[in-house]
Amino acid sequence: MSTVVDINTENNHDDHEHHGPAKGIARWLFTTNHKDIGSMYLWFSFIMFMIGGCMALTIRAELFQPGLQLIEPEFFNQMTTLHGLIMVFGAVMPAFVGLANWMIPMMVGAPDMALPRMNNWSFWILPFAFTLLLSTLFMEGGGPNFGWTFYAPLSTTYAPDTVTFFIFGVHMMGISSIMGAINVIATILNMRAPGMTLMKMPLFVWTWLITAFLLIAVMPVLAGVVTMMLTDIHFGTSFFNAAGGGDPVLFQHIFWFFGHPEVYIMILPAFGAVSQVIPTFSRKPLFGYHSMVYAVASIAILSFIVWAHHMFTVGIPLVGELFFMYATMLIAVPTGVKVFNWVATMFRGSLTFETPMLFSIAFVVLFSIGGFSGLMLAIAPSDFQYHDTYFVVAHFHYVLVPGAIFGIFAAVYYWLPKWVGNMYNEKLGKMHFWLSFVGMNLTFFPMHFLGLAGMPRRIPDYALQFADFNQIASVGAFMFGTTQLLFLYIVINCIRKGEKATAQVWEGAEGLEWTIPSPAPYHTFTTPPEVK
Amino acid sequence: MLSRLVRRAPTLLMPALFAADVSAEYGLNMPVGVTDVSQSVFDLHMQIFWICVAIAVVVFGVMFYSIFKHRKSKGAVAAQFHESTTVEIIWTIIPVIILVLMAWPATTTLIEMYDTSDSDVDIKITGYQWKWRYEYIGQDVDFFSNMSTPKDEIYNRAEKNENYLLEVDNELVIPVNKKVRFLITANDVIHSWWVPDFAVKKDAIPGFINESWTRVNETGIYRGQCTELCGKDHGFMPVVVRVVEQEEYDTWIATKQAEAKAAAALAKLTFTLEEQMERGEKVYATNCAACHQANGSGIPPSFPALKGSAIALGPVDEHIKRVVSGVAGSAMQAYGAQLSEVDLAAVITYERNAWGNDTGDNVSAKDIVDFNNK
Amino acid sequence: MTESQNKHKKTITRLLIAVVGMFGFGFALVPLYDVFCDLAGINGKTNGRYEASTEMQEVDESREVRIQFITHNNESMPWEFKPTVTEIKVNPGQMTQVDFYARNPTSSRMVAQAVPSLSPSEGVNYFHKTECFCFNQQALEAKEEILMPLIFVVDQALPKHIKVLTLSYTLFDQGQFDQDGFDKKVFIQQKEDQIQVLGSL
Repeated sequence: MSTVVDINTENNHDDHEHHGPAKGIARWLFTTNHKDIGSMYLWFSFIMFMIGGCMALTIRAELFQPGLQLIEPEFFNQMTTLHGLIMVFGAVMPAFVGLANWMIPMMVGAPDMALPRMNNWSFWILPFAFTLLLSTLFMEGGGPNFGWTFYAPLSTTYAPDTVTFFIFGVHMMGISSIMGAINVIATILNMRAPGMTLMKMPLFVWTWLITAFLLIAVMPVLAGVVTMMLTDIHFGTSFFNAAGGGDPVLFQHIFWFFGHPEVYIMILPAFGAVSQVIPTFSRKPLFGYHSMVYAVASIAILSFIVWAHHMFTVGIPLVGELFFMYATMLIAVPTGVKVFNWVATMFRGSLTFETPMLFSIAFVVLFSIGGFSGLMLAIAPSDFQYHDTYFVVAHFHYVLVPGAIFGIFAAVYYWLPKWVGNMYNEKLGKMHFWLSFVGMNLTFFPMHFLGLAGMPRRIPDYALQFADFNQIASVGAFMFGTTQLLFLYIVINCIRKGEKATAQVWEGAEGLEWTIPSPAPYHTFTTPPEVK
Repeated sequence: MLSRLVRRAPTLLMPALFAADVSAEYGLNMPVGVTDVSQSVFDLHMQIFWICVAIAVVVFGVMFYSIFKHRKSKGAVAAQFHESTTVEIIWTIIPVIILVLMAWPATTTLIEMYDTSDSDVDIKITGYQWKWRYEYIGQDVDFFSNMSTPKDEIYNRAEKNENYLLEVDNELVIPVNKKVRFLITANDVIHSWWVPDFAVKKDAIPGFINESWTRVNETGIYRGQCTELCGKDHGFMPVVVRVVEQEEYDTWIATKQAEAKAAAALAKLTFTLEEQMERGEKVYATNCAACHQANGSGIPPSFPALKGSAIALGPVDEHIKRVVSGVAGSAMQAYGAQLSEVDLAAVITYERNAWGNDTGDNVSAKDIVDFNNK
Repeated sequence: MTESQNKHKKTITRLLIAVVGMFGFGFALVPLYDVFCDLAGINGKTNGRYEASTEMQEVDESREVRIQFITHNNESMPWEFKPTVTEIKVNPGQMTQVDFYARNPTSSRMVAQAVPSLSPSEGVNYFHKTECFCFNQQALEAKEEILMPLIFVVDQALPKHIKVLTLSYTLFDQGQFDQDGFDKKVFIQQKEDQIQVLGSL
């Protein structure tokens, strides 16, 4: 036994504190730091957004005029399919996971996520999954061409060979989401700073907690349904094949049991983000915090019993159709409550309109418009005229683009100074907003009319009466798409040479994340803060 | 100021745009249609729409008021109220009441739409990739309805006609003021049969039968489309219904029945190569050109070329087999089930002699019959 | 293990059980769907073989129900397949036989499966088939033709508003299934057994 004090050990201990992140590509491959992983998710999501966007522009370019000018119908079907898959699973969901990774630990006063190594795996599965999915475009027979909703038997008996790769890709994305959800729940339930009760958590954390439970509940069902597809295609089962005693409609039931909660998975975190931004720029607390929590929980629970509103024309008997109509209409109530609460937050506040606030206000208005068209769709008799037309396309793009995407933009502009330590260029930010706002509305508002006038979905060519609105929509789409390059410029510019940001950043901002310096240090809250 | 106007524009414009029938002419609104059901659906649609507009005006009105009046730049100081259980209860209950009011007419309309009883005519509709098949039950009338828009129009080599993509070779003909019941199924994947003017849309599911019905109040021609993604030519399988007076309908049925008998008789005749090529080219354009292309070059590897192909130049029996029986598990359907022997003979003859194939073979309807009986 | 690691372990275990449970639930939806459809007569899938009871002997002469028969060949199925009558009027309780004609025009043996679908689907629980060619696969040699029986009875309890029942058969070529050695008959029988077992729970 030596009495010599090991000086090296002491020094090493100190060195370790000041080491900071590793250098080079190894840092990113092996990081277990929630900030690094959050950044990777966000960059990945943006790249996917651009790729999915290019597919959208291909679609809109072909639909600019009646007639087939640029691509063949088979390729068009691949574009619509992959556009949907990439935006849903590659852009929106990873963006929200990125925001969760960055913000949840800081917002609850935790040093990192509960399972940092699993966090790394959750991320790195995604580039592999999407490389596999995108590579199918170059394989013989072409990529998946059956819509992002991949109904059987078009996606089983009549699918191209690449459907198997599609199934593997979906499995991988599902595993990534499930692991991410487990991480989020464990972090929120077990690692909150002392004093932070559940009802003191920021709403963004609440919405992510509920979203994570939704993911746990439904991603495995998606895994189940694609496995059933796999066995139907390769192993002679007949889940969805009438010839063997199966039923194609069974596919739709199982898919939409996943699919409907999935769309709430894609919007609840945006609700949360907007609920952080609006009080900040109103300089007023969020109105009705408790109600907001209950509303999100109600929406999540109700989301499990409405799935067949995607199937009103399938031949469901009257009683079933009525049930799903009523249940779907009911979801409008908690959603409406949230909108009222946001407006009440702004009312008699002291408002300023920085970029995050602009995106959030547009969110409230335009998401509500999407909600109204959703209510119209819920009415089963009228749905017979809307179903599978551009009216539906208009509806979900209103809830997803100015809904989910604007929510993400609001969140990014809001928290970017905290992540990077510099302010972004406010003038350019506003320009990005206005161009996106105009472009988005030009693209998707006419689609309401197209659907009502009778234009079906997923068609590469259309009758002459649909020409004018299609042209407007295509122009809007290119405007919206190119504007996102401005966003890229704004972010890179901010990182490289923005004006220095304070810890508080925004005058009205409240929450633990604003008590630490900007940029946030690599390790934060290694000792938990006191929460009053 | 300008930003406020821009934000308000959609809500301001909507009432004007939705002035009922006028806007339908400009392709802005759902058609009122020509059945009682379609009228009910339109009315329901407009009722819900106006309720949504009203709610939007109130809610966005409050918000825009706030944006104007409560700006920090105008000196507004933030109040600190942040909850009120009373208010939450009120704005939960009022929407529920509004929803119940909406649900009532929705329910009655839906019940109406589900009542398929006491029909005058029953028609079986089968969705195929990529055409419709109509069979009048108990009447011996059974035919396919293919899109008849020429490829030249689609590929911008000719000017598009008024009914571009919404025209067919054989329309569905039904009598006016009579209840027509549709029994809908599919041959391969899921399709969906939709006529907006009737407010009838029902999925066609392989192996299953769905029912729908209509009673049309006005004669005329009504056009719709397939509304469920069904593959490559999902956008190219329109629905065209001609609604006529009972007398005209009866005559048409009789004509169709006679045609069927005549086609059977035709099978016994032979035709010159020239006649075959003329008929065959038409059959080819309707049924084959979508995949194999008008110039016979196909789109390999999915759709092989027929020009210079081993099958078109090889043994006649193999060629007949390929067309009649199709290729299981591929897009090549079994046309024996879809085309008459006369048409089969003509199209096979055409394929064997067009594009420089020049085999000189003249396949007769009898050859097809013999092949089937082998 | 530290306290926080313990808490994580508990959370993660529970969540993983939930994940596995939901995956199983997805598969459970398959028989559940059949049970639910069976109970509620939802998707038009008719029931299996019906064991006639003595109650069925009483014929309700005051009421007539129209039964329509339609047939369809799926995909490239080349058989001739049609009902000998397209429509028949029956009284509830009256046992009726209708034959279906099938012919294999090809030059090789083929195996077919007829899959029934009834509309309106509310009628499914009131339309009883005591004998149906759809219970089994049907094999026909080259050029062979056959008359296949359907023996059915309409339940007196058929709701009054249903006056027409349309029974549609889709004929599928079972050739591919045969080749894979997958026994369709056994599979269908298993499914019917499942439905009866689950239905009796």
